[in-house]
Amino acid sequence: MPISINSLKARTFSKLGQRGSIFGMAIFDIVEETPNLAVLTADLASLSGLDRFVAQHPDKFYNIGIAEQNMLGVAAGLCAEGYKPVLTTYATFLSLRSCEQVRHYMGYMNLNMVLVGSGAGFAMGFSGNTHYSIEDLAVMRAIPNIVVLSPSDSTLAVKAFEAAIKIDKPVYIRLTGGLNCPMLYKEDFPYEIGKAIKIRDGADIQIIATGIMVNRALQAAAMLEEKGISAEVIDMHTIKPLDTSAIALNKKLIVTIEEHNIIGGLGGAVAEHLTSKGAGVKLLRLGIQDQFLKSGDAEYLLEQCGLTSNLIAERILETLK
Amino acid sequence: MMNTEELKLLSYNLRKKSLEVAYGAGRNGAHLGGGLSTIEIFAVLFGSIMKYDSKNPLSEERDRLVISKGHCVLAYYSALNLFGFLSDEELALFENNGAFLHGHATRSLERGIEFSGGSLGMGLPFAVGVALALKRKGSPNKVYCLVGDGECDEGSIWEALMSASHFGLNNLVVIVDKNGLQYDGKTSDVMSADSLSAKFQSFGFEVSDVDGHSTKKLVNAFCSFSNTTQPKAVIANTVKGKGVSFMENVKEWHHSVLSEAQYTAALEEIKNEYAN
Repeated sequence: MPISINSLKARTFSKLGQRGSIFGMAIFDIVEETPNLAVLTADLASLSGLDRFVAQHPDKFYNIGIAEQNMLGVAAGLCAEGYKPVLTTYATFLSLRSCEQVRHYMGYMNLNMVLVGSGAGFAMGFSGNTHYSIEDLAVMRAIPNIVVLSPSDSTLAVKAFEAAIKIDKPVYIRLTGGLNCPMLYKEDFPYEIGKAIKIRDGADIQIIATGIMVNRALQAAAMLEEKGISAEVIDMHTIKPLDTSAIALNKKLIVTIEEHNIIGGLGGAVAEHLTSKGAGVKLLRLGIQDQFLKSGDAEYLLEQCGLTSNLIAERILETLK
Repeated sequence: MMNTEELKLLSYNLRKKSLEVAYGAGRNGAHLGGGLSTIEIFAVLFGSIMKYDSKNPLSEERDRLVISKGHCVLAYYSALNLFGFLSDEELALFENNGAFLHGHATRSLERGIEFSGGSLGMGLPFAVGVALALKRKGSPNKVYCLVGDGECDEGSIWEALMSASHFGLNNLVVIVDKNGLQYDGKTSDVMSADSLSAKFQSFGFEVSDVDGHSTKKLVNAFCSFSNTTQPKAVIANTVKGKGVSFMENVKEWHHSVLSEAQYTAALEEIKNEYAN
């Protein structure tokens, strides 16, 4: 039975944020359907919202301590023996510290584990650059066999998690935002890995966004409407395989928006597609401009990178001039 | 379970086969030194210790062998061949373009290969996960994991040892092929890790430190571990290139090309030493 979504549940998910929705709620439906589930973390059980799961299913939980590389290996061994491992810690430690382990066990050995990288982008705020994950999409995308998901709100995070458990492929899920993640999907809908969702029609330009940037893209599109520019908005929740059929070649401008370095992530993936098609359409890549940042909370940092809806709309208007 | 004489003959056959395969690799060369140091370990594991059925390689009742030290493939492939997992035809294609057998083994349960080796420090964490899984299934089977002493430079080895002990994995047996040489020279010069026994013990392991070329002592080590919840380790003291005098303890033979004259001389030497 798929996890049912209704407006009440979507509101609750929204309050809990992406991580809380998965590990505080959805995981209990998943474990019912997946008796071979194995949940692993590297000393982040409480922070991941797993306390209730650990209390109820101690036999399905493994805390590996602060040893992310070993966590990937232990999960791989469990997976090879028929268990379905779900691993979670900060996105940066999964994608960078354990990069070769991800490549070896999930890429090369093709073991169907589910990595849930939390606190991606700038979600870790004052923890600083060591904790920001702005390269994870690029890293994961470059490893053969791995499916890369980047949900835009809490409901979609739950949908992505459910789909990741069911699909027989290694999956990385990138979680952005904190608590009170803005709600985009209020009712149930069909979700399919690799199939982008058009959430706004528009004739002039196309905005392709991912993660919590989708909500800002929608707000920016509304501002552009007031200036007479009609913007289509695509929720690109799967970064790999990229839904290239959703990319419009007949617009004046394509804009990608991501809470990730503009190199190697969504913008990079779209650019690769456009150049291979020989498309003449101009591409504006919005995201983190290949830099580390000074101290700040997530909202401040996003503003520094031009990733508020106002600044996004301004930047698009400038480009269209 | 093979007796001492049978294990000696098996060791001879494994050495002979390893040299044949290395010679067959031609100018590509092969990992000779670290293959020859593990011969008796493989002889004992396949000949006397492990439970497996090459006719039913996926059987849940099998013991698992995880080769973390990926470059011992000559001995490993030879053992898989002699015990019915790998055909002569497959073995003859070792390191050929388009063939399945890389210079480091790639996972293929049908061929008895549990793990893709090559990058060091990857096998032991995996073995810990396998051992955890067998415990969860209630399986009485064991996980054997072969690591190199040079490989123990990798931090992931120590993370894995820590977790094996934490989870009480007495179904895990780590075998260290302690030949004292790594790519750049003596392990004591490159990155000294002695005493491995004391270090493993301090990480909660029950350790047996033995001559890794004595099949009798190896068998005894594997068979005499206690019933405690501790994970087990055999520190097998070996000689890199063992059995071929011009390769023994010569770091350049870690990976090298065998000339016809060297091949003939090596075969002659091991025949005199092991087949009489």
